[in-house]
Amino acid sequence: MATQHSRSAARIMMAPAVILLLGWMLVPLIMTLIFSFKKYLPLRGGDLGWVGFENYVRFVSSSAFWPAVWTTLIIVGGVLLITILFGVLLAILLNQPMWGQGVVRILIIAPFFVMPTVSALVWKNMFMDPTNGLFAHLWRFFGAEPVSWLSEASLSSIIMIVSWQWLPFATLILLTAIQSLDSEQLEAAEMDGAPPLKRFGYITLPHLSRAITIVLLIQTIFLLAIFAEIFVTTGGAFGTRTLTYLIFQRVLESQNVGLGSAGGVYAIILANIIAIFLMRIVGKNLDA
Amino acid sequence: MGQIKLNQVTKSFGDVQVIPPLDLTIEDGEFTVFVGPSGCGKSTLLRLIAGLEDITSGHIEIDGKDATKVPPAKRGLAMVFQSYALYPHMTVRKNIAFPMKMAGIPEDEQKRRIEGAAKALNLTDYLDRKPGQLSGGQRQRVAIGRSIVREPSAFLFDEPLSNLDAALRVGMRLEISELHERLKTTMIYVTHDQVEAMTMADKIVVLRAGYIEQVGTPLELYHTPRNEFVAGFIGSPKMNIFSGPEAAKHGVNSIGIRPEHIDVSKTEGLWEGRVGVAEHLGSDTFIHVHDTGLADMVTVRITGDIAVKHGDKIFLSPQLEQLHRFDAQGLRIA
Amino acid sequence: MARAVTQQRKILNTTLAWGIGLLIFFPILWTILTSFKTEATAIADPPVFLAFDWTLENYTAVLERSNYARFLWNSIFIAGGSTLLGIIIAIPAAWSMAFVPSKRTKDILLWMLSTKMLPAVGVLYPIYLICIKMGLLDSRLALVVILMLMNLPIIVWMLYTYFREIPGEILEAARMDGASLKEEILHVLTPMAIPGIASTVLLNFILAWNEAFWTLNLTAAKAAPLTAFIASYSSPEGLFFAKLSAASTMAIAPILILGWFSQKQLVSGLTFGAVK
Repeated sequence: MATQHSRSAARIMMAPAVILLLGWMLVPLIMTLIFSFKKYLPLRGGDLGWVGFENYVRFVSSSAFWPAVWTTLIIVGGVLLITILFGVLLAILLNQPMWGQGVVRILIIAPFFVMPTVSALVWKNMFMDPTNGLFAHLWRFFGAEPVSWLSEASLSSIIMIVSWQWLPFATLILLTAIQSLDSEQLEAAEMDGAPPLKRFGYITLPHLSRAITIVLLIQTIFLLAIFAEIFVTTGGAFGTRTLTYLIFQRVLESQNVGLGSAGGVYAIILANIIAIFLMRIVGKNLDA
Repeated sequence: MGQIKLNQVTKSFGDVQVIPPLDLTIEDGEFTVFVGPSGCGKSTLLRLIAGLEDITSGHIEIDGKDATKVPPAKRGLAMVFQSYALYPHMTVRKNIAFPMKMAGIPEDEQKRRIEGAAKALNLTDYLDRKPGQLSGGQRQRVAIGRSIVREPSAFLFDEPLSNLDAALRVGMRLEISELHERLKTTMIYVTHDQVEAMTMADKIVVLRAGYIEQVGTPLELYHTPRNEFVAGFIGSPKMNIFSGPEAAKHGVNSIGIRPEHIDVSKTEGLWEGRVGVAEHLGSDTFIHVHDTGLADMVTVRITGDIAVKHGDKIFLSPQLEQLHRFDAQGLRIA
Repeated sequence: MARAVTQQRKILNTTLAWGIGLLIFFPILWTILTSFKTEATAIADPPVFLAFDWTLENYTAVLERSNYARFLWNSIFIAGGSTLLGIIIAIPAAWSMAFVPSKRTKDILLWMLSTKMLPAVGVLYPIYLICIKMGLLDSRLALVVILMLMNLPIIVWMLYTYFREIPGEILEAARMDGASLKEEILHVLTPMAIPGIASTVLLNFILAWNEAFWTLNLTAAKAAPLTAFIASYSSPEGLFFAKLSAASTMAIAPILILGWFSQKQLVSGLTFGAVK
């Protein structure tokens, strides 16, 4: 409800944000699309003309493609599994009565605020370094041979670093959701004779399902794009080259823009499939 | 000065017409109340006058000048909202000063007017508090203070008392009436409470579904309601309205009789019934009578007390000169 | 819920939660502790926890690296600039959506959110190219604009959710009191929404500060912020644990503190209000 005057004012005031975002979305997207159909090597002749779907075919049939897809899936899947599983457990624990809950919350949330390059480097050197890292000390203390984590167990190491960064986010969201659960529901179930495990399965978990879905979708979008953690630790070596990193290498390292752009289009399509589900949930929330 | 004239004003939201073509003149200095059930368009009408909503067609004149396209800020009207709409981040003093600041009134004049308003509204001790620290009645007074200092040509009140408890409501009603007596400024007051309408208004506008059902002084509406709707809406408890054989006896479609215009007897009378609930207020008693054959329930109001019990037999006699007659369209037959 | 919890239960919960909390926090704690050690103590086996000679020499060493201040300033400039610019653009937009909603408002909001889902790597080269063409490669300005655009959907959404809680009648009252649109937003809406605006600023400052795709790919020596500075420790300087720790501590400490203040907003901000 408003007047014509305020409606036109609203349009004018919304315009800068809309126009900027439209430009931010469309201009690079269209350029990427155009490049993806060209042979485009900036350092070796530049624009060498249209090549149809050749880049798309080449990107998929390259020997690096499927390993990169697997690596991406393993990292995303691994991190999701760890963060959601431990996130739920931690959220339940933090929701129990205890002393100093606020302080524990602060301790647990902290890793999320550490910039990715710092956390990658700290883990890489101070913990996972095979001679001086804390893990090496620990292994030697127990008489074991230190592991050179980032080359021998590179994928699990990266999954562990990224999980450390994202566990706080999952925990915080799930805790917020759990706190909104009406405790009378649980008490009613208890009165009805449901044991704790059943109460969790029939009441708490369904209540959390929406929050879990959201964590899943949002983390997926961010995890598909992780970059700094790999850039700083292995530089894509030892089987840690994700799709994002592969595209980055094609575009900036080997300067094959056409090929990289085709990869970029694949990445965009992948992200959009996930985004659609996320938007559905968020959109529903808008109506409420 | 504050004459407000609505000329063939309509308002639609999308395809839904909430105000059909409507003409109304509010004279300078008049206290006009828009009253009607919720959803009757009374608040929309007020917001059209305020300029917070566009009218779909027609013209609004304020002081003889066409104000149809004038934005709210420039209409020279002040509004008191149902939620008071005080600025929570400003002190009472700053709240009251805000419209003057917007109008560019000099500081010392602002100060003079704030003090005047604060004194008149008993707010002097609260000027440096924030709205959150005030009671409902005090907030209401601040909202009024904020509207009077800019000396508007008319005040618009949108159900200003509905968030107050019953006792405060009576007090504020008197204060607003006092204010009108003192300022003699045009006031338009929207309410769904017919008691507020009856006690405060110079002129009542009864609205239903966007249509004006009747315009008149409170007593005109009470004594000569133009149709069944107004008859039922004005007056408390509600007028009893019957159709059927009893109305046919008077040669009309339906008849109405106010509860206070029915005489009661335990022995004889025109209509016979059984006592349902009797509400004893001390000064009056409302008796709800069943099984009269006229309607499900007939309400009677008698002065003082009467010893009746639930289920007693009782006789009712209407004061025939007070009977209202309506035709098939529900319109009054003189 | 008035429920008697046995003392043992509470002690158990507390021990468990503190244990896990400290474990998760440990890498940060260890980094902070190491930053006060000498390089020799930092790699000592067995590791020294607290009983070492505390020293500030690593901090002086890091600060003496001629360009540390510039990285810091770049971080502040980029994170602060992009947040400020985003807020200025987002406040009017959020006002429109919250107080003059139309049938399209929901679609516009969701569309804005969808731009956030665009994977950066998909548009890396075009942006890179645009920056080169405009002479904005390795420029703070380019990063201010890019990070602003990246976070604009979050800013608009957060402000929108906060604004929606402000009753429209108060803005109408301002209009009746003779305020123009500019005055209405400046004198009434903005001061009322200060807590919401502050949390939005905080969260977006943190996100921009920690952003490590564009900042790594679009900067070299001149405009590089702390993310790039730390990345330069990758090797071989990273083997100097104490100095690495000092640099890391300086890069994360301010954000960690801001982050603790904004943890509540994190949920509503990053989930776009879908979890409350």
